[in-house]
Amino acid sequence: MSLVQKIEDTVVNLLRLAVTRLPKDVKDALKTAYEKEVDETAKTQLKAILDNIMLAEKTERPMCQDTGVIIFYVKVGNEFKELGKLPEILRTATIRATKEIPLRPNAVHPISQKNSGDNTGRYIPYINWEIIQGDFLEITAFPKGGGSENMSRLGMLKPGEGIDGMKKFVIDTVLHAGGQPCPPVILGVGIGGGADIAMKLAKKALLRPITERHEDPEIAKLEQELLEAVNESGIGPMGLGGRTTALGVNIEYAHRHPASYPVGVVVQCWAARRASARIYSDGAVEYLTHEVGEK
Amino acid sequence: MTTYRFKTPVSEEDVRKLRVGDIIYVSGTLVTARDEAHKRALEYYEEGKKLPVDFEGIALYHCGPIVKKVNDEWIAVAAGPTTSTRMDLFEAEFIEKFRVRIIIGKGGMGERTTEACKKYGAVYCAFIGGAAVLAANAIKRIKGVEWLDLGMPEALWIFEVENFGPLTVTIDSHGNNLHREVMSRVEANRDTIYKKLKLKG
Repeated sequence: MSLVQKIEDTVVNLLRLAVTRLPKDVKDALKTAYEKEVDETAKTQLKAILDNIMLAEKTERPMCQDTGVIIFYVKVGNEFKELGKLPEILRTATIRATKEIPLRPNAVHPISQKNSGDNTGRYIPYINWEIIQGDFLEITAFPKGGGSENMSRLGMLKPGEGIDGMKKFVIDTVLHAGGQPCPPVILGVGIGGGADIAMKLAKKALLRPITERHEDPEIAKLEQELLEAVNESGIGPMGLGGRTTALGVNIEYAHRHPASYPVGVVVQCWAARRASARIYSDGAVEYLTHEVGEK
Repeated sequence: MTTYRFKTPVSEEDVRKLRVGDIIYVSGTLVTARDEAHKRALEYYEEGKKLPVDFEGIALYHCGPIVKKVNDEWIAVAAGPTTSTRMDLFEAEFIEKFRVRIIIGKGGMGERTTEACKKYGAVYCAFIGGAAVLAANAIKRIKGVEWLDLGMPEALWIFEVENFGPLTVTIDSHGNNLHREVMSRVEANRDTIYKKLKLKG
């Protein structure tokens, strides 16, 4: 099999894994939330979510009918062969996955309102590139649902408001969203950079397993503090009340302009779908987020 | 909190028993309707035209399913709930005119719908957002489809369901609305959270 074909097959596989099987950290967090919950209504919601996840795995069907807009995060080694063909491969794989899995066609032209029917379009699937050293490629498929995305917000705060302003903005975003983004949610928070950078970092923060804290102990502390605060809101699973409103808060930051303090919050629903694999130039494939048997 | 199992048609007496927080499972007939179908149904009523489906006593589901046709038969692939607030525009009238008893969706509904539930005897139940496989699994058969000209998501899909749920009663026929209650508790928690984080309000 050619390397190009191998990459295409792997990407289709990643999309299938992402929409049918949640990563272990998210599944474990939902189970813990269920065990910790005392509110009967909240327990019912969490139990149904867990049953739904199990059933999706068993029947290999998408866990949610909204299979999201297709986003890829690609880290590519400078020595990796076929670098130039990657955009085309990701597009072809997306079209194939849409038919084979199937995924809901979710790419709509913003002016004509026409749905392309195959999850591709201008800039879609969206690809985030990162160049690294080496002869391998790391691809993460990240299908992101629309309901939770709609609750995401950008705040261009005054530097004088500082960290307190940032905390307040995150809390206000969650309280404003209530049950709409299908909680329990995961919050990706991006601080600094500029308007676009803060939002990009907020979404990128969602790639990190919620069991891992930021390497900077100050940021790690903020993540924990905000998670506890959000869970005191009482919004609970599906906004019907309860202890668990969020499963995790992941923060990422960049240095900022002296005059700006951008804060991006990207809200992720309980169906926190992501799947990654590493592909070497010799065609060897290693799955990073899911246990996969030889195909 | 009590768990009930209902078979359609459901009577006014049945739904009057229900209180916010109760769990129900529905068997029988479930019909999907989103914005367009609500609008057309009310237009039909105004014009005195007969509806293709009798809504009295059945369950109405805010859902735009993914269906596929296999050997001339429709199959539900994924059928999770859609956001109900969009239907607030029509629902009070819909309950009044067609006497639907159980409305299923996600995210809750507003004051007018809550009032109509109280006045005419209906309940609103929340189903878990995104629980598409759980829903599709309870759909035993697609009995028919009407108004397919509105498009796949907006058509009236007539499902035969078995133990469809768990559905949480969040608006009962006694004027209670769990979504409203939770959000007012959440609002009251705002100050506690600000204080904990040492923020100024």
